[in-house]
Amino acid sequence: MNRKALAAAALLLATGLGLGAAVAADKLKVGFVYIGPVGDFGWTYQHEVGRQMIVKEFGDKIETTYLENVSEGPDSERSIEQLARAGNQLIFTTSFGYMDPTLKVAKRHPKVMFEHATGFKRDKNMSSYSGRFFEGRYIQGLIAAKMSKKGVLGYIGSFPIPEVISGINATMVAAQKINPDIKIKIIWVNTWFDPGKEADAAKALLDQGADVIMQHTDSPAAMQVASERGALAFGQDSDMIKFGPKTQLTAVTNNWGPYYVERVKAALDGTWKSEDTWAGLKEKMVVMAPYTNMPDDVKKMAMDTEAAIIAGTLKPFKCPIMGQDGKEVECKGGDALDPGQVLGMNFYVKGIDDKIPGK
Amino acid sequence: MELLEAIILAVLAASTPLLLAASGELLVERAGVLNLGVEGMMIVGAACGFAGAWATGSTLIGALCGILAGVVLSLVFALMTLGLAVNQVATGLALTILGVGVSGLIGAGFVGERIATAPRLYIPGLTTLPFVGKILFGEDAFVYVSLALIIGMSWFLYRTRAGLVLRAIGDNHVSAHALGYPVLKIRTLAVMFGGGCAGLAGAYLPLAYTPFFVPGMTAGRGWIALALVVFASWLPGRLVIGAYLFGAVSILQLHAQGWGVGVPSQLMSALPYLATVVVLVLISRTRSGGSTAPAALGTVFVPDR
Repeated sequence: MNRKALAAAALLLATGLGLGAAVAADKLKVGFVYIGPVGDFGWTYQHEVGRQMIVKEFGDKIETTYLENVSEGPDSERSIEQLARAGNQLIFTTSFGYMDPTLKVAKRHPKVMFEHATGFKRDKNMSSYSGRFFEGRYIQGLIAAKMSKKGVLGYIGSFPIPEVISGINATMVAAQKINPDIKIKIIWVNTWFDPGKEADAAKALLDQGADVIMQHTDSPAAMQVASERGALAFGQDSDMIKFGPKTQLTAVTNNWGPYYVERVKAALDGTWKSEDTWAGLKEKMVVMAPYTNMPDDVKKMAMDTEAAIIAGTLKPFKCPIMGQDGKEVECKGGDALDPGQVLGMNFYVKGIDDKIPGK
Repeated sequence: MELLEAIILAVLAASTPLLLAASGELLVERAGVLNLGVEGMMIVGAACGFAGAWATGSTLIGALCGILAGVVLSLVFALMTLGLAVNQVATGLALTILGVGVSGLIGAGFVGERIATAPRLYIPGLTTLPFVGKILFGEDAFVYVSLALIIGMSWFLYRTRAGLVLRAIGDNHVSAHALGYPVLKIRTLAVMFGGGCAGLAGAYLPLAYTPFFVPGMTAGRGWIALALVVFASWLPGRLVIGAYLFGAVSILQLHAQGWGVGVPSQLMSALPYLATVVVLVLISRTRSGGSTAPAALGTVFVPDR
């Protein structure tokens, strides 16, 4: 029902947009489609921060519009279509599930430029972009292993998709460098966003002996629970320090602004081309929140690691990587796993005492 | 033992919002009105509850704001379905859409704000008892209120004349009307009670469960409450069983994952629903006879003059 409600709202908004079209034709019109509310304090919020950055950068050279709470599937196609018809020349669609709808609309509007986040399909007028979030997870793994007194980490997973699994593996590979016997407890909540359930999962992990909590879900609930219990935790998507001033160690935050600025600039200059962007710490699409609540030596280690990843001297998935069965994973990228292996990761590394759901 | 205590505490917390919202809806449906807007009233209760507690620093005022918000929204429903005799299903669904929108609007300014968690009961000597102390004497007020509410409601429905009238209206509003009972007035009061319960249930989330507000934080709990009423076959006792069973299985499946039971997590996530449906259906099978739904449930009543 919720989804229907949101879709109806989006449709209303979209219709409103259609009426307002054809004003100020000399400006570049840029549209955004968001999966959640801009106030989710996570995924969508970060995209909104990116949109505000282009508004600041280009001022009255551009005109931006966003549609929030657009559910994935057919409703998103209507919303994207509306944005295209309303004269938007550059459209960012910011959720994995918008991939096929974006592609369909892109085929119908060959002159409009499309940008789709976290997908893998492209076209002449449709780019894709995503972040190498696992780089940040690697740093978190090091910090977690250093800070955990019991040697047990708690991890709240959303859905067992490669992005989440590669995050767990990166965490574990790093943590084992500090403490080879480190344990990780994983709870899948099968949702991106349900603060109550995320809080319950965090409580369960803490009750079972974990003392550092990490999450791949969207709300600050786990951070808040950890803070109440005096444990440590990592934020997700956004800097969640407000919810755990004495709890947050750091957070892997998504910084879309610079990319949006670059793409809008290209569109203004007429140099926009369809591309596939997979950027990380180096390009500042993935940014670590300040390192807090840890001793100076751990902080230094984290910063050095960050610098090494940026310099390219450290690769989180450096070979050899051992699978859960103890066999070495084929190394397709020379000295490290190649992007395809990371983007399609569907195995756990050695030392993870869990089964990937559905496998 | 400590782990068991922690699990029971988590189960109580997870079940309470469901029990609160479902209690209200049970009374509404017993009066013959089907209000599908529970989710909408809950989320508005959550937003207003948080706003109230944030502005005053008081959980009690927050809870009252949540109740008030639920009542106000339920009055919109009452006006449409009882006053104007509009279809209840459509109105209820619309109420949820409205609620989601309104709560987003109210809550927009509060995203990222924090408040203190609802205070927990503390009785020296009792709360510190090993194992049972925290469970029995260390909860927040919502837990006790939810239990008091369902006991009170049960007593009202089966032990008072007013409860009998309410049930009669739910079963046959025409006869009740012919006997001179104010059908629409009683139904309006029932709907308001349901709205207050849903609002309180919603307020529980940002006040006691996760002390912050984010849009959509009820995440479908209103729909679960609705389903619980049906599976409890409109009986308060079964409702308690259903709500706690649902809460228990939702928490236990998380723990089972942490222990590494090796069952796919997708199945685990479905377990609370499966277990609740199966158990409640089994309970109601032991009774002979057909459906226990109020006979006039969801039907429109226009009094003739």
